[in-house]
Amino acid sequence: MATTLTVNGESRSIDMPDDTPLLWAIREGLNLTGTKYGCGVAACGACTVHLDGTAVRSCQIALGDAGGAVVTTIEGLGTPTDLHVVQEAWLAAQVAQCGYCQSGQIMQAAFLLAGNPAPTDADIDEAMSGILCRCGTYPRIRAAVHDAARRLQEA
Amino acid sequence: MSRIGTIARRGFLLGSVAVLGGVAFGWWRYATPYGNPLTPTLTEGETTLNPYVIIDAAGVTIIAPRAEMGQGVHTTLAAMVAEEMDLTLDQVRVVHGPASNAYFNAAGLAEGLPFMPTDRGWLAETSRAAVEVPAKFLGLQMTGGSSSVPDAFEKMRLAGAAARIALVAAAAERLGVGAETLSTREGAVIARDGTEIPYTELAAAAALVKISGEPALKDRSEWTLLGKTQPRVDMPGKVTGTAMFTADLRLPGMVFATVKANPNLGAEMLSFEDSAATAMPGFIRTVSVARGVAVVASSTWAAMQAAEEIAFEWAPATYPQTTERMEAEVAASFVADRRDGRPRNEGDVEAVLAADAFEAEYSVPFLAHATMEPMTAAALLMDGQLTIWAGNQIPTLVRDLGAELTGLPKEAIHVETMLMGGGFGRRLESDMIAQVVTVAKAMEGTPVLLTWSREEDMMHGMFRPMAKARVRGKVDAGKVAALDYSVAAPSVLESFAGRMGYSIPGPDGTLLQGGWEQPYGFPNYRVTAYRVPAMVPVGNWRSVGASFNGFFHDTAIDELAHLAGVDPVEFRLSQLTDMPSRKVIEAVAEMSDWGNVPASRARGVAFMLAFGVPAAEVIEVEQTDRGIRMTNAWAAVDVGIALDPGNIAAQVSGAMVFGLSAAIRGKISFADGQVQEWNFWDYEPLRLDQCPPVEVRVLENGDRIRGIGEPGTPPAAPALGNAIFALTGQRLRDLPFADKVDFA
Repeated sequence: MATTLTVNGESRSIDMPDDTPLLWAIREGLNLTGTKYGCGVAACGACTVHLDGTAVRSCQIALGDAGGAVVTTIEGLGTPTDLHVVQEAWLAAQVAQCGYCQSGQIMQAAFLLAGNPAPTDADIDEAMSGILCRCGTYPRIRAAVHDAARRLQEA
Repeated sequence: MSRIGTIARRGFLLGSVAVLGGVAFGWWRYATPYGNPLTPTLTEGETTLNPYVIIDAAGVTIIAPRAEMGQGVHTTLAAMVAEEMDLTLDQVRVVHGPASNAYFNAAGLAEGLPFMPTDRGWLAETSRAAVEVPAKFLGLQMTGGSSSVPDAFEKMRLAGAAARIALVAAAAERLGVGAETLSTREGAVIARDGTEIPYTELAAAAALVKISGEPALKDRSEWTLLGKTQPRVDMPGKVTGTAMFTADLRLPGMVFATVKANPNLGAEMLSFEDSAATAMPGFIRTVSVARGVAVVASSTWAAMQAAEEIAFEWAPATYPQTTERMEAEVAASFVADRRDGRPRNEGDVEAVLAADAFEAEYSVPFLAHATMEPMTAAALLMDGQLTIWAGNQIPTLVRDLGAELTGLPKEAIHVETMLMGGGFGRRLESDMIAQVVTVAKAMEGTPVLLTWSREEDMMHGMFRPMAKARVRGKVDAGKVAALDYSVAAPSVLESFAGRMGYSIPGPDGTLLQGGWEQPYGFPNYRVTAYRVPAMVPVGNWRSVGASFNGFFHDTAIDELAHLAGVDPVEFRLSQLTDMPSRKVIEAVAEMSDWGNVPASRARGVAFMLAFGVPAAEVIEVEQTDRGIRMTNAWAAVDVGIALDPGNIAAQVSGAMVFGLSAAIRGKISFADGQVQEWNFWDYEPLRLDQCPPVEVRVLENGDRIRGIGEPGTPPAAPALGNAIFALTGQRLRDLPFADKVDFA
């Protein structure tokens, strides 16, 4: 039974069982592969997307519960030719190494900045610590979030 | 040939570009016994000038034949070619390219020689030169051992220089002028009259130019890309979610698979019962693989759910069943008949240590690689051709495995080495490759994407071995009078080579990697390795033996410094005989303002020479209500020649964080023969709120170029442990530290 939701501004219908996690519906139902599987238990944050404007771990949301919801994935945040300000800051700081966790990092950072345009280091620690990075890009993540906040204020 | 087959075979190497027969030529032919592996992949419109360069109407593609696992290797290798061709990096497309013995790695073998990296003697140098020859003919294409940059530094610049000469010669011919009158800039040949001919127009003619001898390389003073921080070529894809990892591959008709293998590692699957699984939504079939079952379904989630419904009968593990019994096995291995090597024995240790010696024992646990992207691989067997897509560090071995499992000739096996979501040595293994090829064989004509669950990944690691060290020492007049260093661990080389069907005679150098070659001038200095009989599979974990010897050796040095009553920085400086090694310690001391510690904080320093790179790190800690917190970190390394300082700093910073994750909480334990940690909640790496600011300085005092993927890891644990001692007076000799102290 298909579930209909709005993904990156478009109405999409996904024909997968209701208990399929939103993560897999996005990745394999819609082939939007920027959102990553890392743990399946909300411990790593690689699957972070925005659901009705809130950053969530998409591995923990059943597709059936997301009917009618508005979902934004990394592909909907910005594109290579039209970057979101957080992506601009990420590019400037050359944050990524292997890159696998970065979609989740960027989606979480964009959510943080949407509600807190000038986060402190403590705010960043609190908001971003749910997203693991095995390459250890954390110092550049911190710098990029501050930089994105500056860019937003100047915009 | 069907469309899928064509897509599969052509894969991502050539993408939309079309191809024209090209030729290998000149310099390349003389330098290698292998043909140009790109030639058979070309069709109309494309020209290859050598195995590293393809030119078509759209521009220049550079082959960077080392796996990109986050270390920035595609950017640095491409910059070597682009530098000599006078291209900018934004003008080129960079790809990994096909599996080929032509892309052999010679530096990886040289690192395994029994000579200290600081040894510039005749025998050491002659031997290093000699391994180039077997490496060339063995033809192992491998990414690892921090070897990519040293291996490529000459040959990829030469490839760029040769391509440029050919392009200039072609332009000279076309314009009827002497080549010496032409220059090159940003992808074009420029004549004195200002005429510009883009490389894309010259490629076909350039491919026919014969070059003799070795092209001249630019002097360092002429570099415009190398030596300067470059924007990474993979960065735009990685910040927009468009970078393609193996699990992101989608082909028409693709099915999704996962595997459950015996958690008693290495033991057989006796039987399985899948009737409940077959009733699950999306279930397609099961396929028996080595020691387990692959479940194929309409989605990865459906496959994982169905796999949970299978009942297994597993054969028991044949190794000691618990961590405690394994530790006892390691402790019992410091005996003569398990002695593996004693590569250093200077002076008379026994005489000096006969009485009143300092003695200590240190230990580390097994560790998982826990790459963010769990093990993944895809395969399609169709029309007598097998294509394998995988983030892997050993493409030629993957190709050979594909041939072995299918009975097809090697020419019919195509390996697409994908971007990998972390490697750290885990993707030197091919267990997931064998599984996906087995499924593809059972489902000929259907593309299969295999994804391990995090739990499967954590429980079926090729673990960093557990290890113990026993150290005896004595200080006299502020210096080490004698150091007797012994380490016991299962052999990574034996386990790793054994999985590939090789038995390698002689000692395993990795047991003492980072433990025997430290450039200290102690008058009495003995280093011994003991090999623990194989237990669970062990593998190459970022920095390999140096990951444990770094902790053991430097912690012991720190203990002796305190015993001697000498400042830990001064103690190390005064006994290191290698100038670049002393310089990195001086650098971190200066960066951290070592003598000036803020109130209520304390610092530890650590030094390790690993992979030929001297690395020194300082970590600063404070006590909080919730436990110890890291407040600052500094690192200095010496790579000889720094091709991309920004990327090198990122590697060192990241490697340090990787080492700190292991130092604080990293531990894989066993009960009833099975791994007890399943996911990131019980194998939890460092998180952002625990990560201190990290400042890195890159020095160039060393006399040759070195790789930097690993050397930042080994000093991290001892620097933290030494800092905790300075703060609390508690000496922590066993990892992980969180077993003994709380961390904020």
